Amino acid sequence: MTRLWSYGALLFGIVYFLLPLYGMSEFSLRMIRGEYSLQAYRVVLTDARFQATFGYSVVMALVTIAFGVLLVVPTAFWVRLKMPGLRPYVEFITLLPLVIPSIVIVFGYIRLYNTSSWLPMTGTTMGTNILLMFGYATLALPYMYRAVDTGLRTIDVGTLTEAAQSLGAGWTTILARIILPNVLGAVLSGAFLPLAIVIGEFTMAALLDRPAFGPFMQLLGANRAYEPAALAVIAFGITWACMGLIQLVSRLSKHNRIAR
Amino acid sequence: MAKSRPARLPLTWLGVVPFFVFVTLFLLLPTLYIVVGAFRTPLGAFTFDNILALNSPSILSAYWVSIKISFWSALLGCVIGFAMAAAITVGKGPRWLRNPLLTFSGVASNFAGVPLAFAFIATIGPAGIITIWLRTEFGINLRLMGFNLLSTLGLVITYLFFQIPLMILIITPALDGLKREWREAAAILGATNAQYWRKVAFPILFPSILGTMALLFANAFGAVATAIALTGPSLNIAPILLYAQIRGDVLGSPNLGYALAFGMIVITGIANAIYIVLRARSERWLK
Repeated sequence: MTRLWSYGALLFGIVYFLLPLYGMSEFSLRMIRGEYSLQAYRVVLTDARFQATFGYSVVMALVTIAFGVLLVVPTAFWVRLKMPGLRPYVEFITLLPLVIPSIVIVFGYIRLYNTSSWLPMTGTTMGTNILLMFGYATLALPYMYRAVDTGLRTIDVGTLTEAAQSLGAGWTTILARIILPNVLGAVLSGAFLPLAIVIGEFTMAALLDRPAFGPFMQLLGANRAYEPAALAVIAFGITWACMGLIQLVSRLSKHNRIAR
Repeated sequence: MAKSRPARLPLTWLGVVPFFVFVTLFLLLPTLYIVVGAFRTPLGAFTFDNILALNSPSILSAYWVSIKISFWSALLGCVIGFAMAAAITVGKGPRWLRNPLLTFSGVASNFAGVPLAFAFIATIGPAGIITIWLRTEFGINLRLMGFNLLSTLGLVITYLFFQIPLMILIITPALDGLKREWREAAAILGATNAQYWRKVAFPILFPSILGTMALLFANAFGAVATAIALTGPSLNIAPILLYAQIRGDVLGSPNLGYALAFGMIVITGIANAIYIVLRARSERWLK
């Protein structure tokens, strides 16, 4: 590969990536004609619907992650310790949400858990919230499971468990005080990506008719000119922050890994 | 979870029950319900009519436009992403760019959905920065030249923003796996650089590249939010048609909606199967 070719490809790619970022930043500053201002950000940030929907999505994301940790850590631990034969199957299932489009999954929810079904979750607001949270947990499954499983690989699960058991620890103690602290770095780095995904998620929230941030952004995009660009800048910042936190956590948690 | 170690009764399976209950209720059953629904009449009898009814002009064109968008964004994403990844690994690009580019790819590959559409509308939309700049400075009117962001081409350009980074992230480890010895062995036998790429490196990388392309295809095919935020309900592509169907039964038959969703699962399923098979093949070489 010649030098010219290398630089050409990189230059093309960098220009392609920078233009939309520049475009949205510039556009978001232009709300007041003839001067640059933060007016679009002021309008967005003081919008009551922005605060409500953003708060809703952040809470949903945190609940999803908490639920995901409670579901994934014991399962991954148990499969590694007691049922290694199940691992390929569990791994395959956790990858399915990457294969089945989320719109299809939520379509199934709507038909399966509607008001006239055996489990009428969409009948109440709380039920729908929980259903949406389960949907998000499904979307987060591939990332969380793989992160936790990778984290478990770096510790000696069997020895730690036996040591804890011989000191009289029960399963809850083992999980909460031995396993979880050891894989906390992996859990956290596996949690920030779902955080970014859930905060901006559109399809599931819109089809389940919940007041989340994604549908709000879409609504604003259909009706306003400058505010969407400001929202795009904010969303890009959130994604960037989440990825930065992943790097930070994985760097910080390196020191307590055993050397292999 | 059992508090004491089970002595005789095999109770180990209890530990994975919560997980399997969850995935059955909220992943497998909903999907299965759609798949079974695609083969049923409204009264519950078995039928192929829904699948056959997909063969109507508007649905076929929705699938076809979706496939075209996914294919082109996957192909271009592969070519551009490969060139960029090659430049920072085996090529002669600046090495210091490697880490920033990989970090940026991690961010950009997840910067999809509604905000991504906004970024492109602000840039090359009808009143976007670039559109206006080209018109006032150079007198180039993109609109008159037939370019429209809210079109197949516009969607391909927008999707590339997460396709290229995904390709970079997946193919960089594969490029790192190319051993120096292979290049040296080829050089000793008198191969030129081009011959080395054509006869050694490319055949080794080919399964990875093709597999990643299948993954990118599936990635673009299931993308709903970006398309809706970009074009609204106007563009007739499969995910938007399904979205409209779920919202208001635009096809006039719930079971036809299931068939439409089933078709999407089949297409993304095939693409992912290709990815898995080819990744297994490429891992033989790149250890």
